Amino acid sequence: MDHTSTFEKVLRGVLITLVLIFFLFPIAWIFLMSLQTNETILRIPPSIVFTPIIDNYTALITGQLRTAAGSLQLNFMQNMFNSVLLSVCSVALSLVLGVPAAYAFARFKFRLGEDIAFTLLSFRFAPALLVLLPLSLYFKTLGLTNTYIGLIWVYQLICLPLILWIVRGYFEDISPDIEHAYRIAGNSWWKTFTKISIPLAKPGIAAAGLLAFIFAWNNFIFALILASADKQPVTVGALAFVTASGIQYGQIAAAIIISITPTLALALYAQRYLVEGLSMGAVKG
Amino acid sequence: MSQLVIKSLSKAYKSFKVFDGLNLEASAGEIVVIFGGSGTGKTILLRLIAGVEEPSSGTIEIGGHDVADIAPEHRGVGMAFQNFALFPHMSASENIATPLRAAGAADDKVMAGVAKVAKLLKIDHVLNHSPRELSNGQKQRTALARALAASPQILLLDDPLRNVDAKLRFEMRLELPRLLRQSGATVLYVTQDYKEAMALADRIAVLANGKFVQTATPEDIYTKPATLGVARLFGDPSINTGETVIASDSSGAHVVLGGARVSVASSYASHAGRAVTFGVRPEAVELGGAEGLEAEVVAVTPLNERVVLLLQTASGWEFLASLPATAKVPDAGAKIRAGFAEHGTHIFDRQTGERLHG
Repeated sequence: MDHTSTFEKVLRGVLITLVLIFFLFPIAWIFLMSLQTNETILRIPPSIVFTPIIDNYTALITGQLRTAAGSLQLNFMQNMFNSVLLSVCSVALSLVLGVPAAYAFARFKFRLGEDIAFTLLSFRFAPALLVLLPLSLYFKTLGLTNTYIGLIWVYQLICLPLILWIVRGYFEDISPDIEHAYRIAGNSWWKTFTKISIPLAKPGIAAAGLLAFIFAWNNFIFALILASADKQPVTVGALAFVTASGIQYGQIAAAIIISITPTLALALYAQRYLVEGLSMGAVKG
Repeated sequence: MSQLVIKSLSKAYKSFKVFDGLNLEASAGEIVVIFGGSGTGKTILLRLIAGVEEPSSGTIEIGGHDVADIAPEHRGVGMAFQNFALFPHMSASENIATPLRAAGAADDKVMAGVAKVAKLLKIDHVLNHSPRELSNGQKQRTALARALAASPQILLLDDPLRNVDAKLRFEMRLELPRLLRQSGATVLYVTQDYKEAMALADRIAVLANGKFVQTATPEDIYTKPATLGVARLFGDPSINTGETVIASDSSGAHVVLGGARVSVASSYASHAGRAVTFGVRPEAVELGGAEGLEAEVVAVTPLNERVVLLLQTASGWEFLASLPATAKVPDAGAKIRAGFAEHGTHIFDRQTGERLHG
């Protein structure tokens, strides 16, 4: 018995290490790249011994990219701002629309309810290119091309289905009796929704919001087609590092590090909501 | 005046009829137990009264007013759920305070109300705990306290003792009647434990096959069951039955049971020739007389303060007898005669299941 468990422990340790290396190595590698010049990155054979520089970061923040062919204007910080604005607003709008909708789908059976829910989900598995051509035409007509509002609207295709379907599951897990008990105790349905249903679904809402934020943040194609440089997020902005005089690996790496930091921080912060128990043992049977 | 009146209430889900045409009246302060097996719609009936579900047809009146258009929060009912349904993100005291706060009471009044009802239910020492830190018994008491807190006119209790252990159930069975009387509310109490029903009820309404088959005092339910079904539901061990036909001759009315003649009250003579189910309560079986059915004792089992004997006649009819543990109990294998005391003997029509009046 004992030696099996020792073996299991070792095996578990090895497997966890392998998984961690697999997932964390790229991040570590990118981080190392971001502290090097193009020359040290591209030298052969590669080495992890180098003198770290922060030029890549200063170039991004000041907006001055110096290449062999001369100096280049960069608006990476503007891209960063766009990313934050687009993602935050999209998720906020999705939560405002999606959480009540998820509640409705979870609690009430109505005509075409399942069809509507499924249609919303199907936005997730239709390729973006499918909707982009008609959308870009519509956007031109409506004057929404290259506007934040237009992009936030399109981002609902990404955020709304996610939030709707994840939060719906959490609402379904709450015993209706808990809501009934609160109503019978003398509270309106709205108060019941805000004081009972939403707090109990909070871990789900946090998880869905986080996922939606990451998906919105990582989106590339919508902003590439429907907006121009001043409204584009970092994902599209990174293309600027592919310059006439070559690819600026160091700056790309630094840009990646800066752009993944918000989502990474958010994920670490929201982790506790994701693991928090749902009904917390109040309902039995 | 009746506090709660239910008139021809029906509930159906699509083509599935839960119940049909229920009628019930309960006066102020009365404890009515809704008794029935699982799946008979007892809980649904409470939900309809509370207003969290809508009836398919029929009316519910509370305090003389039809409540069809009144939202659950304005009906003045309190309800305790079988699964407790405590609010997991609030402490026990906030749970109990909910109806008081909803009524707009000031903070000190709320706290005084919580303290009072918590003391009554002996949970004042766990008021700061969250529901997940409470034992099942404490959860159940908290749920009950929450239902009682705002002194509702109507108290709906959905099998509140179902999920607590046997010891606590026994204690609560003794405590509840006093508690419910004190509240002064009209109580509808759902249970499927006949002992609980007998211990608590002013009246019991037996729900079966979508109807109230009998609504009567516990004594009447037990001694004058309306149907064979009701007779079977009340009593442990349950009533012995044998299928037979009423016959009448010069020596009076009788039935043939286990190959032997058993006399019944002469008034049953008018039912002569009718196919019936003969029922006799195990505790009405009298052993050791010179007269009666010949039977062999197959097994002897103690049950609480009584001893239950399984008996079998020569023709193979098996029946149970329940004797006080202090009585002289024959051993297994003994051959004895069994007589049936009239007070525990009921005759039911075999077709309709209804009790025949002798």
